[in-house]
Amino acid sequence: MSQLKNFTKGLLKENPVFVLLLGMCPTLGVTTTAVNGLGMGLATTFVLVMSNMVVSIVKNGIPDKVRIPAFIVIIASFVTVVELTMQAYLPSLFDSLGLFIPLIVVNCVVLGRAEAFASKNKIGASIMDGLGMGIGFTLALTVLGAVRELLGAGEIFGLSIFDGSYGMLVFILPPGAFIVLGYLILIVNRLNKA
Amino acid sequence: MGSKKESTFINMVIALFIVTGIASTTLGFVYEFTKEPIALAKLNKKLDAIKAVVPTFDNNPDSVKFEIPVEGGDPVMAYPAKLGDKLVGTAIESYTMKGFSGLIKIMVGLKPDGTINNISVLEHKETPGLGTHMKDDWFSGQFIDKNPASFKVKVKKDGGDVDAITAATISSRAYCDALTRAYNAFMNQPKKEEMLLDTTPATDSTIVASTEGGVK
Repeated sequence: MSQLKNFTKGLLKENPVFVLLLGMCPTLGVTTTAVNGLGMGLATTFVLVMSNMVVSIVKNGIPDKVRIPAFIVIIASFVTVVELTMQAYLPSLFDSLGLFIPLIVVNCVVLGRAEAFASKNKIGASIMDGLGMGIGFTLALTVLGAVRELLGAGEIFGLSIFDGSYGMLVFILPPGAFIVLGYLILIVNRLNKA
Repeated sequence: MGSKKESTFINMVIALFIVTGIASTTLGFVYEFTKEPIALAKLNKKLDAIKAVVPTFDNNPDSVKFEIPVEGGDPVMAYPAKLGDKLVGTAIESYTMKGFSGLIKIMVGLKPDGTINNISVLEHKETPGLGTHMKDDWFSGQFIDKNPASFKVKVKKDGGDVDAITAATISSRAYCDALTRAYNAFMNQPKKEEMLLDTTPATDSTIVASTEGGVK
């Protein structure tokens, strides 16, 4: 029961993007298309799950005063693994995400979960927490990317929905990210209250 | 669960030492493991870009590439594409710093007489929805089969023959700049006659590596 709760809370009730408002930089930066959002979300999910797991395993061996540098080293290692792997096997996705992959290191969601959850809980719960948070993050980024892509370019996942010439440019540009995010937060808050 | 380690100096040193040690060992392995696929992916990307801009060829342009020095800037890389022994075109990897967000890299395919065969964009940071239209066929299509000797590679606003992208004149100008650079390099290349006779020695591949990794 509680294990399931650790997982589901990240999806909506404590969604890292819509409710906790963590990791805004990649959220706003990469979500010009749904595919970018999905790719970024999955990469972050992998890092979240792995770093939560490792942090929860080593938490008793790490003295309190050096826990932050130790966590950062662990997170940075997994991010580098993701970066190299993506560069090798998904070069086109790597190109479109660019700088945001290395920046997963400083994504507040990842360090936040390591510090707030994994360093205080057992390994199983930590993995579930990372998975839930990661999938919640992925969902949020994909939805945000899909809405922006639909309004801005008339496509979803590269599939044409409206005519080719359609496109409200503002939604592809940074201001559109803020506008769409604002409305999505509104909707999610309404759902959570209901 | 065992009790937490005290934050004594020695404990901290040991903990950090172990964590960083394991992390760097792991990364070393991953790096070794992915080194070849990454190099391969980069090479494939380059070959795809070359294929897109020059007529059908059957050699490996990457193994016969050579550098052409450019006045007041980094040299550009040229990839001669051959069908049999005949040179069918040369792909020139050109660049400009004048993009709306800096560096743009394009691959320009030129036929032996300097006529543009096709162009593709390799790298850019232009505004999505504006400058990114330079990848569209209608924009790059207007250069196909034009010879810069008679076709003025400048946007119409500057007195040239190029239709600029609406709301992205700076990107269009930068594109023309990179294209001009490629064309000039091609026309001024020092070893043209030898290259046509297929005697150009393959240049060292390390030069490419340094130009690729540098800009990020």
